[in-house]
Amino acid sequence: MSDLTHSTAAELAAKIHAGEVSSVEVTRAHLDRIGAIDETVHAFLHVDTDGALAAAQRVDDDVAAGRPVASPLAGVPLALKDVFATEGIPTTCGSKILENWIPPYDSTVARKLRDAGVVVLGKTNMDEFAMGSSTENSAYGVTRNPWDLDRIPGGSGGGSSASLAAFQAPLAIGTDTGGSIRQPASVTGTVGVKPTYGGVSRYGLVAFSSSLDQGGPCARTVLDAALLHEVIGGHDPLDSTSIDAPVPPVVAAAREGAAGDLRGLRVGVVREFTGEWYQDGVIAAFDQAVEALRGLGAEVVEVSCPHFDYALPAYYLIAPSECSSNLARFDAMRYGLRVGDENGNSAEQVMALTREAGFGAEVKRRVMVGTYALSSGYYDAYYGQAQKVRTLISRDFERAFGDVDVLVSPTTPTTAFRIGERVDDPVAMYRADLCTIPANLAGTPAMSVPAGLSDDDGLPVGLQVMAPALQEQRMYKVAAAYEAARDKAWGGPLINRVPELEVAAR
Amino acid sequence: MTASTADVLDYDEVLARFDPVLGLEVHVELSTNTKMFCGCPTAFGAEPNTQVCPVCLGLPGALPVVNGAAVESAIRIGLALGCDIAEWCRFARKNYFYPDMPKNFQTSQYDEPIAFDGKLDLELEDGTVVEVGIERAHMEEDTGKSLHVGGATGRIHGAEHSLLDYNRAGVPLIEIVTKPITGTGARAPEVARAYVTALRDLLRALGVSDVRMDQGSLRCDANVSLMPKGTTVFGTRTETKNVNSLRSVERAVRYEMTRQAAVLAGGGEILQETRHFDESTGSTSAGRRKETSEDYRYFPEPDLVPIAPSAEWVEKLRATLPEMPWQRRKRIQADWQLSDLELRDLVNAGAVDLVAATVDAGATPNEARAWWVNYLSQEANTRGVELAELPITPAQVARVAAMVADGKLTNKLAREVVDGVLAGEGEPDAVVAARGLEVVSDDSALYAAVDEALAAQPDVADKIRGGKVQAAGAIVGAVMKATKGQADAKRVRELILERCAG
Repeated sequence: MSDLTHSTAAELAAKIHAGEVSSVEVTRAHLDRIGAIDETVHAFLHVDTDGALAAAQRVDDDVAAGRPVASPLAGVPLALKDVFATEGIPTTCGSKILENWIPPYDSTVARKLRDAGVVVLGKTNMDEFAMGSSTENSAYGVTRNPWDLDRIPGGSGGGSSASLAAFQAPLAIGTDTGGSIRQPASVTGTVGVKPTYGGVSRYGLVAFSSSLDQGGPCARTVLDAALLHEVIGGHDPLDSTSIDAPVPPVVAAAREGAAGDLRGLRVGVVREFTGEWYQDGVIAAFDQAVEALRGLGAEVVEVSCPHFDYALPAYYLIAPSECSSNLARFDAMRYGLRVGDENGNSAEQVMALTREAGFGAEVKRRVMVGTYALSSGYYDAYYGQAQKVRTLISRDFERAFGDVDVLVSPTTPTTAFRIGERVDDPVAMYRADLCTIPANLAGTPAMSVPAGLSDDDGLPVGLQVMAPALQEQRMYKVAAAYEAARDKAWGGPLINRVPELEVAAR
Repeated sequence: MTASTADVLDYDEVLARFDPVLGLEVHVELSTNTKMFCGCPTAFGAEPNTQVCPVCLGLPGALPVVNGAAVESAIRIGLALGCDIAEWCRFARKNYFYPDMPKNFQTSQYDEPIAFDGKLDLELEDGTVVEVGIERAHMEEDTGKSLHVGGATGRIHGAEHSLLDYNRAGVPLIEIVTKPITGTGARAPEVARAYVTALRDLLRALGVSDVRMDQGSLRCDANVSLMPKGTTVFGTRTETKNVNSLRSVERAVRYEMTRQAAVLAGGGEILQETRHFDESTGSTSAGRRKETSEDYRYFPEPDLVPIAPSAEWVEKLRATLPEMPWQRRKRIQADWQLSDLELRDLVNAGAVDLVAATVDAGATPNEARAWWVNYLSQEANTRGVELAELPITPAQVARVAAMVADGKLTNKLAREVVDGVLAGEGEPDAVVAARGLEVVSDDSALYAAVDEALAAQPDVADKIRGGKVQAAGAIVGAVMKATKGQADAKRVRELILERCAG
């Protein structure tokens, strides 16, 4: 095990910028780690060795020449979810239909990362088109949870979360449509943040559900997530839904929070997020986390958000509706998979054959549900009603934030479940997102921070912290304060309890 | 394919039994520099697939950004049509699969158009004014173009393969939809043509589009239905596409009326369908069946934010509206002192803009009118093209008129010069030089010709000398013949009298 792969991004950046270690060394250490264990974990769909080393060399050249580095994270390696278009580098979205597609352009997030001197190691595995909670829906095989290789790493961003927990990268990027950053973070004992909708550009993020998708930072510490958040956030004229406002001061908030003083802060516990679907060990860990917040001086009250109960069904109308339209472009005419081109088939037949062969079962399920929900005669009853629920959920948040500064809940009702356990029960799979979906529907920010291990199975539990739109600094402060208290209570970073993978591997 | 005569009913009989109802949908390509949702250029006729980017190709992850200039044009069109401008409206996705549509949905507007509830007054050839209600004008993006190769008709049926050009994909379009047009009876085809003409003139005056039907920057879909005389319930309509000229608008409506009447009279039912107009036969043929295939699953476009034009902005745009074609016609009538009939001739010939431009280039209104409404209109008719499509410019006409006024050309010579310009022989002066058409204004050359003619007809010369001035005509004729018509007859006459006065 290398110190370099077990360092935080902040530590690595400091050493690289001070010339104590080169970015190339750091990058090589992570590439070696990927080479050693990714056959076991399968976090990556594509590793860009040459590109990563070239990016690292550029940072080293800056440092050697005494030029200012491009950003506070210059030279630090990162794993990018394979849903962001990267010029010249394959982008598959975990789907056969985009196998071998090499985008001719960069997503804004990819461009910002390059501009910031962040070293992109490669592209991470994901549920096909970000539809799923386990990464089992990837067309390229499952990703394994480093805490227990028989378990899922969460989804859809399981490749990104697993790469962090496996020390293949200190930073990762995910996207969160219904929980795809936070739930993987929760089940891998890592930190994942869904920013305010519009806080991070969606340009070049291959759309699943446009009104819900949001890219965000993933890391092993709150401060690292904050540093990455400030690199990728901010207004983008290429995304009409991007917010034209400064990125909230999340790095400062994370540093301030680490001092561990939450006096004067009101924390709301969402009453609706408990019940039969919640694992006892998760509830116990969550209760301890809430106690810890009290111990830091926060005032904790219970808050009711009655419409959150309708979030899941509303989400499973809105997201499929938008996806049925967004995924229509995958038709074999211009790029991607093409099936049935011979035998004099018509364009329409080629489209149908390609989509039949190229999409997995979950994608087809959602495209069909969405097509149905938008059909004339059903629109008002389904899509229309779901939009009304969305408004009611936003109002629940507004009312709650009139009373408290942040809301907290478990991130997901259970710890990592076993690979295969829920593949034949879509609704059970969907319940993984019970607590995360409301923030997507309201467009408000939320994050997951590790909250210890469940006492019934020894697996990581996540604490979700939610804040009002563009008030990310509040949740970063709370998460950082809690993180410091937790590490103190556990006698060191929780992530260091991940089993040694080399031993687990053959 | 081609309809046999049995398929259509005699036009008079159609009108005896049915009332037509029209609905016209006009698509206008805006002449903005860039596309509706990206920065690609919109110029017509570029090499295929050279004016494209990730956005207009609908590549995974690409997102649209609204072109503000297109919104401005849409609002100005709405205002010129007397529409209300929405205080808040959204784009919507119209979902259907077609290879020339990169995203397999068209970003359009559905139940929230930017402009709605307006009207346009049309003047028919005899001066009758018809008011056409405007239902809405909305913004959308154009599709790419398919080129079907290997079939006889250029249509997809029977084609071996198809080529796709996405240069047009994403070009800003405004779709203008009329309310149902009723009560026009026999004049329905004429009203349809007059509507498209009036709309075209309006859009041209606004400067928002090239309005070239031949290039597809103005496209008309004609919805036609019939209802039996005495009833008020609309019949099933058909939508005829590929109507690519003003004349075709008129022909397509007339044909559909006679075809539908034959179906109905035979006890049949009209199918709600898209039909395709064939210029060569003047008939329509069935295209897509509508009721089976089209559920567009509209929903608000989540990638774009709503458009909320402020009242100040709308008023500012209202102030930019130019003189409307009908206001202009009134002014021209007064300025040029035209009778109602003269004005109507001018308008019906489609010559208002051309005459005005010719006057701007220095001709008098009467000279300019004489050229365009008389000589050039005949030429356009002969060629079967619109007046504006003749290969001669107002500046060239004005130059010819100036040469006539200066006595350098006779009217006959002037017509030859114009013919030369139309034949592609260059500018008027070049035609004059090349064809040697200039009036012989050199008196010494004319004296010689006059003397020669007088010598050749001594008896006539004597008569003139004897005071019979009208006999000079024969000598003038002879001189004109000798100079191949290039002499100024008036001057020739003066010289003859001068010679005989001696």
